Parts: sequence; C-alpha cells; structure tokens
Amino acid sequence: MEKLMQKYEQKLCTAGLAEEGEPLMGILDAELCWNRKNRHTALLEKIFQQMNINSILFSKPKEPYNSIINFLSRASNEAIYPEDCESRTFLHDLPIAADFSDTAIIPRLRNRKCVLIPGYGVIAFGTVSLEQAFITFSSVCFASFVKFFSDILHKKKKGLISLEESKFLDRIRRSLPQPVEHFSALSSAPFEAETEVLNALEEAGKKIVDYGLVDSYFGNISYCFHDTLYISQTGSSLDELAGCIDPCPLDGSSCAGITASSELSTHMEIIKTLGTKAILHGHPRFSVIISMDCDRYECPCRGFCHRKCPEIRNLADVPIVSGEVGTGPFGLCRTVPQAVEKARGAIVYGHGVFSTGKEDFNEAFLRMLAIENTSYKEYFRRFDA
Amino acid sequence: MFGWCGKILRIDLTAEEFFIEEPEREVLHTYIGGRGLAGSYLAQEVTRDWNDPAMPLLLFAGPLVGTVSPASGRMTIMSRSPLTGTVGDTSAGGNFGTFLKKAGWDGILITGASTSLCGIEIADGAVVINHVPEFAGLTTEETVQYLADKGSTAVIGPAAERGVLFSNIIIDGHSAAGRNGIGLIFAAKNIKYISVRGTGKVPVHDPEELKRAREDIVRLTAASPVLLGELGISRYGTPALYDLMHTRNMMPTDNFRKTSFDDAPSMNAFNLHKTYKPLNAGCRGCHIRCKKITPKGSAIPEFESLSHFSALLNNSDLPSVVEANRICNELGMDTISAASTLACYSELEERTLTSREICKLLHDIGWGRGEIGIALGQGSARYAKSQGSPESSISVKGQELPAYDPRGAYGMALAYATSTRGGCHLRAYPVSHEILRKPVATDRFSWSGKSRIIKIAEDANAVVDSLAACKFIFFAASLEEYARAFTATTGVETSAQDLLKKGERIYYLERIMNSRNGFSSADDDLPPRFFSGHGSARNNASAKPLDRNDFLVARSNYYKIRGLDAKGAPTEKKAKELGLKWKS
Ligand code: SF4
Ligand SMILES: [Zn+2]
Repeated sequence: MEKLMQKYEQKLCTAGLAEEGEPLMGILDAELCWNRKNRHTALLEKIFQQMNINSILFSKPKEPYNSIINFLSRASNEAIYPEDCESRTFLHDLPIAADFSDTAIIPRLRNRKCVLIPGYGVIAFGTVSLEQAFITFSSVCFASFVKFFSDILHKKKKGLISLEESKFLDRIRRSLPQPVEHFSALSSAPFEAETEVLNALEEAGKKIVDYGLVDSYFGNISYCFHDTLYISQTGSSLDELAGCIDPCPLDGSSCAGITASSELSTHMEIIKTLGTKAILHGHPRFSVIISMDCDRYECPCRGFCHRKCPEIRNLADVPIVSGEVGTGPFGLCRTVPQAVEKARGAIVYGHGVFSTGKEDFNEAFLRMLAIENTSYKEYFRRFDA
Repeated sequence: MFGWCGKILRIDLTAEEFFIEEPEREVLHTYIGGRGLAGSYLAQEVTRDWNDPAMPLLLFAGPLVGTVSPASGRMTIMSRSPLTGTVGDTSAGGNFGTFLKKAGWDGILITGASTSLCGIEIADGAVVINHVPEFAGLTTEETVQYLADKGSTAVIGPAAERGVLFSNIIIDGHSAAGRNGIGLIFAAKNIKYISVRGTGKVPVHDPEELKRAREDIVRLTAASPVLLGELGISRYGTPALYDLMHTRNMMPTDNFRKTSFDDAPSMNAFNLHKTYKPLNAGCRGCHIRCKKITPKGSAIPEFESLSHFSALLNNSDLPSVVEANRICNELGMDTISAASTLACYSELEERTLTSREICKLLHDIGWGRGEIGIALGQGSARYAKSQGSPESSISVKGQELPAYDPRGAYGMALAYATSTRGGCHLRAYPVSHEILRKPVATDRFSWSGKSRIIKIAEDANAVVDSLAACKFIFFAASLEEYARAFTATTGVETSAQDLLKKGERIYYLERIMNSRNGFSSADDDLPPRFFSGHGSARNNASAKPLDRNDFLVARSNYYKIRGLDAKGAPTEKKAKELGLKWKS
C-alpha cells in the first residue's frame, strides 16, 4: 500500500499536477494506511468512516491548476460543468464545497467522484483502487484548464471580459510552458519482430506523456504488424504500457482484445482503409480548446456540437470533426477514419487528436506535436485579435 | 407512488387464493426491490426446509424495471436454495420483470403447494391458477409453445419435476435463470409455469430527468469496449470473454486440474458466430442486447456454458457444446452445475467423456434416468461425497464454480468463498477489475486491498440486483449514474453512497439468514485443489496454488470489514447499526 501511494505521488508530481510533499493519500483495507499525516487527516478519516470507499487522495493542485480551479469556482455556484467530452462523459460535473468541513464535503462526495474546495484543493476517492482517485484528480485539472481557456476566449470575443479576468489570464499565460518544436526521434521502421513493435509502442506512449500531449491515462496508441493490430488496453497509462498492449487480429478471429482501448474500432478502420501502420491518439489541451471555438452562434446544432456538428471546420489543413467516445450512433469511429486521410490527422470536437504514421511513430508524433503547437498559437492569435 | 407499484401479489397455492399486499413505503425505500425486497420476505421463513410448503417463492422486480433506465429490465427469483441450503436466488432477464411491473405488481410471493401441476397466469390484476397435469414432463420448449399468447413466461422443465438439484427456470423460451436450483422450488409447489401480461405503465416521478440520466449511462456504455466495442458482448455475447480467459491462463480445464485448454482458439466466439450466425436478442429495455440466439430461437451458449462444456470437460467438439447447452435449456438445468458435475464424474471415472456421452448423460440427469443420471442430478458435491472423494467436487457451499480459475484472480478466490449463495462469480464480480480493467485494473495476483474491494462490490451488486438492473452495464456505469436514475424514477432523494448503504444492509441480512441455517467460516472456503495444485504452464508462467495463509488473512480481513465475528457470524452490534432486526 505504501508503495502504491508513493507511485501515485510520484506520478502527480511528474505530471505537474501537484507539488512534492503536498498530496495526502489514504488506503483502507482492514486497516487505514496514510502516506503522511497532517492537520487534514482527521477530516479525511471521517470521510472513510461515512463512506463505503477504499482510498482517498487530497491535494492542492499545482499552479496554474490551483488558481484556475479557484477562479472557476468563484464564478460557479454548486459545481463546475466541464465542456470537454471525456470529462463530461466520465465526471459529469465537478461539485464545489463552500468550506473545508465534513458537512460541506461529504454530501457532495456521496454522489460524485470528487469535490473541489477552493483555497484547499481537490478530494477524490476510489472504491477499487487509489488509481481511480488519481485519474479523477488528473481529469479535474485537465477539465478545469480546458474550461477556463474556452470560457475566457468566448468572453473576449463577445467583449464581456473584465479587467480582472484579463489580468488573470495574462498571469496564467505567462506561466504556460512554451510549445516544444523539436523532439528526439523514436525507433524507426521496419520492425522485424513482435518485441520490437511492443518496444516501439511503449516508447511512443511514454513520449507523448513526457511531451505533455496527453495526461497519462487519456489516449491510446496502436501499431499494425503482420495482420495484427497491437493496441494499448483500455484504462492503461500511456507511460506504463509494458504488459498493457492487446494484439487484435485484423480478421477478428480472437476476442482477446476485448480489453483493448475503447477506440479500437477507429484504429481498425483507419488501418484498414488507409493502410497506415502507426496511430496516436491523445488529448493535447489547446487542440481540444480550439476545436470548441466556433463563431456560429446561431447554429441549430449548438449544444450538440460534439455529436452532430454539420460543418467542415479546419485548423490549417487539419479537419475538426464531431464524435463521441467509442462506438455509439454519434461515435467518433464514424467520423475520424475518413477525416484523418488527407492531413494524416484530425481533431475531434472537444476531445483530442488522432494522428497517423505510414511506417512508424515518428511521423505520427510529429503530426500531433505540430497540431498542438498550431492550436496553441491559433488560440492566442484569436485571443489577441 | 412512483417507480414502485406499491403492491405485492401474495398467492397461497394450497388454498388457491390470492391477496394484495401493500408494503409500507419505508420497506420499499429500505430494501429497494428485486433481491433486496425479496430477501426481506425470505428472512421471515428462511429456516424452513426448501420444500416446506410454507417456504415462499419470490419473484420480484425493482423500481427501475419498466422504465427507460438502461438495462433495467431484470428481476430476482428467490427462495431457499435446494442445492446449497443458503439464500437462493437467480437473476432473470427477458420480459418478465417489465411485464410484471406493467401488470401493476412489484413482486409475487407464493406459498403453499398446488394439488396438481399448475400454471399461474397473471394478466394485470387478474390471477388464474390453471391446472395442467397434462404438462407433466414437457420440455421448456414444448411448454412455451402452449403459452404463446400469455405474455412473458417463466417455466420449468422435466429436470425440476425429477428433482434435479440444479434445476433452473427458462424465461421467454430462451433466457435461463440459473444457479441455486430455484427451478426445483417451482416443482415443489407444483408450478410448471408462471405467465404475466400487463397493460399499465410504470409511473415515473421526473421523466425528463430520467432521460438525462439515461443519456449519461448510454454515453458511458458507448465508451465501453467490453459492452459495445468491436469485440464486446453486444456483438459476440458473453462468449467474447472466452479468448481472454484462455490468454490469461485461467480457463478451468479438466475439472479445474488445468487452467489452459489447447483447443480454445477453435472454440471461441468468433467460431461460434461463423458457424451459427446468431441473431441479437436481449432483455427488455436493454440496448446492449448481449443474448445470441440461433435463427430457430434457441440460445447460443453463454461464456460460462461454452467454457465448461468445452475446456472443463476436455471437449473440442463445438457442435456438442451448443447441443449440451440446448439440452440443459430444454430440460431446465443450470449449465454451470451440469457441466461441472459431469467434469467431477469424469474425474472420478478417470477418463474423458466423449461428446456423445456428455449429451447422453445430460439427458439422463434431466429425465432422471438410470442410477448415474439420478445420482448426478444431485450435483457434484453430493455425488463426489457418495463416491468417497469430496475433493473432486469443485464447489463452494455445494454450488459448482463458474469458469474463472481462482488461481488466476485472487479477488475472485475470495469472492467465491464469501458469496452468500455459494460458488458464484456475480456477487462481487471482480472480473470487472481483475480481468476487464474496469473501473480500473487491479493486480489479479495480489490479495492487497481485495477484502474491502470485494465487500464494497458485494454491496454494490446487491443494489444492482434490487433496482433491478443488469450487472454487465456496471462495467461502464456506476451507482453514481444509477442513483440519479433512481431519484428521477421514484422521487426519493438518494446518492451512490446511500444506495451502497442499502446494499450493505441487504447483504448483511443474507449473511444473517445463512448463519441461522448453520453456515459459518467453515463454508466460506474453496476446494482444497486450489491450495495445493498448480494450474497449467503457459507463456512461461504457471498458475501457482493459492497461499492458504494469505487466503485466510484476506478472509479474516473481509469478516472484520463486513462486521462479522471471527467465525464469519453476524453480530448484534452490526445488525443494529444497519437497522436490522436481531433474533438470537
Ligand atoms: S446486457 Fe444482456 S443480460 Fe444484461 S440486460 Fe442487456 S441483454 Fe440482458
Ligand atoms: Zn480520447
């Protein structure tokens, strides 16, 4: 248990989500075990007593997330409503507690996976593993970031931004890392054996996390080798793919890949129709944010853009398409495969980027990086316009 | 009242009378419906023998049944299990639950016994007891042919009439409600079938809000590879799990003496589909539609049946697997127990059964033919004991284990042991995280944290069975979303954690019932084979025996977490804390 807590503390810090020494984590089996104790432990113990759960994570998010969450909370009453598709799907909304007390926190946690306590941080829990709390925490940071930048751009365009908001944005903007233009090359094709393919997948998965193109849990990656698609498993960490890659024969002769990523169908379709070998999918933030910036305020599909945007929108040569996670009637498996063809990449509205490489991950990685950098620049161009 | 009908149909078969009972709101709020509510009635009579006419047979739907809440068309059929002596229940799909609600009933409680074989026909508020001695010995298939215009049907086959302890109930002709031998309770009361038709509507408190809750849930299912993915159960049915169990080296083979079956790749869902081109079917109100039926209407084996009629019996003949499944359905027998009992027999006979023998023996069991057929109809535990080799029965509390070898998933090992209805994977369903990575993956070869995980999951699934929704959908959604659906339907404010508390109470009541019937830690155990024998070696890894000591520590942690004493017995303190009545 101690090891597990160390692992997630490390992950939070490496991902820039929390400062070292900040996260407080507890795991309960027969006995309760803490990674550290401080003045907040007593309240968290009450949560354990009153809820049927087995793990808790409480931390102040690292900047700029902490300021962003506090900022959004001030403008919201009960909850923050995320706008990106993954957070909407998996978290629904992010409830806010007015103060750091059990009476404010516990009722909100009883119905959602997390609670935000402005000025204090975020509490998330798991009923199966601490990993759930970690994923929720990371999603809260991502969702808040995306919402903040989307909302503020919208306000700016409408001329509704206040001086205070404008100043706040400037501060956050200055703290953002500059886009990385270059990257060290990944293993190049041809791959001779399955082990080389698995290594290439692990290497590329780790790199998109290292470059901040995806938070470790969100995204998927695949490579087609000898009529088999090797794809990351559902809920796998892209920076820890060893043992988490499913081989799926293209002819469907085995269902062993039932644990493969929820985007298996999209990957399969891309491979089959385009004949490319490598596919990356991540949620680079500014690509997600820019995909939701649309000026057609009178559009009848407004509010359902992620499902049924009828327009062909582009960011430079990259198409922005609608599509929900997975395979439903509005699933992105119905829009992405055609869309990626021309530009070797596509952005899914409010969700993320798919990019492809003909032979290996170098091309796909470069493409994703370029899409995110263009999105970043385009965002501030629009903001400053 | 919203969600619930507020009415229970009580039938006294001896007197051929029926009454309407209106349960108190408080009872409905506390026990929800389905398994929970049925359990609250069973608790009052549970120390009776299963074949005592006063022992109730309960068929209960839940508040979400008959509404647009996704995959919420299931129900519980409960009594005391003839096979295990524990609380006995089975989750039933098809249309039955929905039609029952449409007819205006939350549940049916049947006591007494009919003087001759009968059918109970319910059409809205009308109840007719139809004496059908001429139905004796009809197969389930033949029986439903006579019931074409009666709505949804629950019927038993000849197996129950012949006293097979693992008799099941067939819903709507192809959906099996198995485990625990509840079909035999029908036979004990001389019931051949129950049919129900309803024209009403289930009143919903806030239809718009329920629609929104539905959308949230449906969106989650679309994002679930296991449910609606390319290789998921919507496309292939539960046999989609077969390849996975093979690659994870935990496919029970040769009566659990091995964990890998060489011919598995040719017996999988893909081949099943290629050969039988099944059609999609499903329970009422479910968009996943995991049931697969042949164009002629008979059911394609579920994963458990596919695995046990192939690997467990060392049988590489796919058509005979499908046939064995058909025979079980036709005669009304639980496939897991039937296959596992044959595997036990095969072990004791020290030979592999031919596919022809498998089918013949199933007929012998179901028709109560010959000494062997009758003996095997008592299940593997009784048979193995009669042969002086109890360890050859791979069962817990007398119920045969499903198709996940516990040496490959330690949470499953604990879940098998603690299940209140005997060897069962569905009470805690750790397949979800140990195998399918949902909501997140856990280390299947570790005991760490598993005691609480299993306890929480048991509570959660008790709620699911009470609502009554389908467990499969919880590979994607959670009680967070279903709490919203519950509140929208019933108007009763709740939360995921409130529901879990109700689940804890429902589960604890089942532990109390079992304890009153003499069950203790001695019964919360696994067959010795899993602590001493290795599974197969595959991919350079062998399935190691479970460490006995680790298992006992995990179980004792479980007892502590659940509020049981060191012997697994419920305590007055915990019962009171949960608001349960305590009888010492
Ligand atoms: S998933 Fe399958 S078993 Fe569950 S409700 Fe749907 S059809 Fe029935
Ligand atoms: Zn994605």
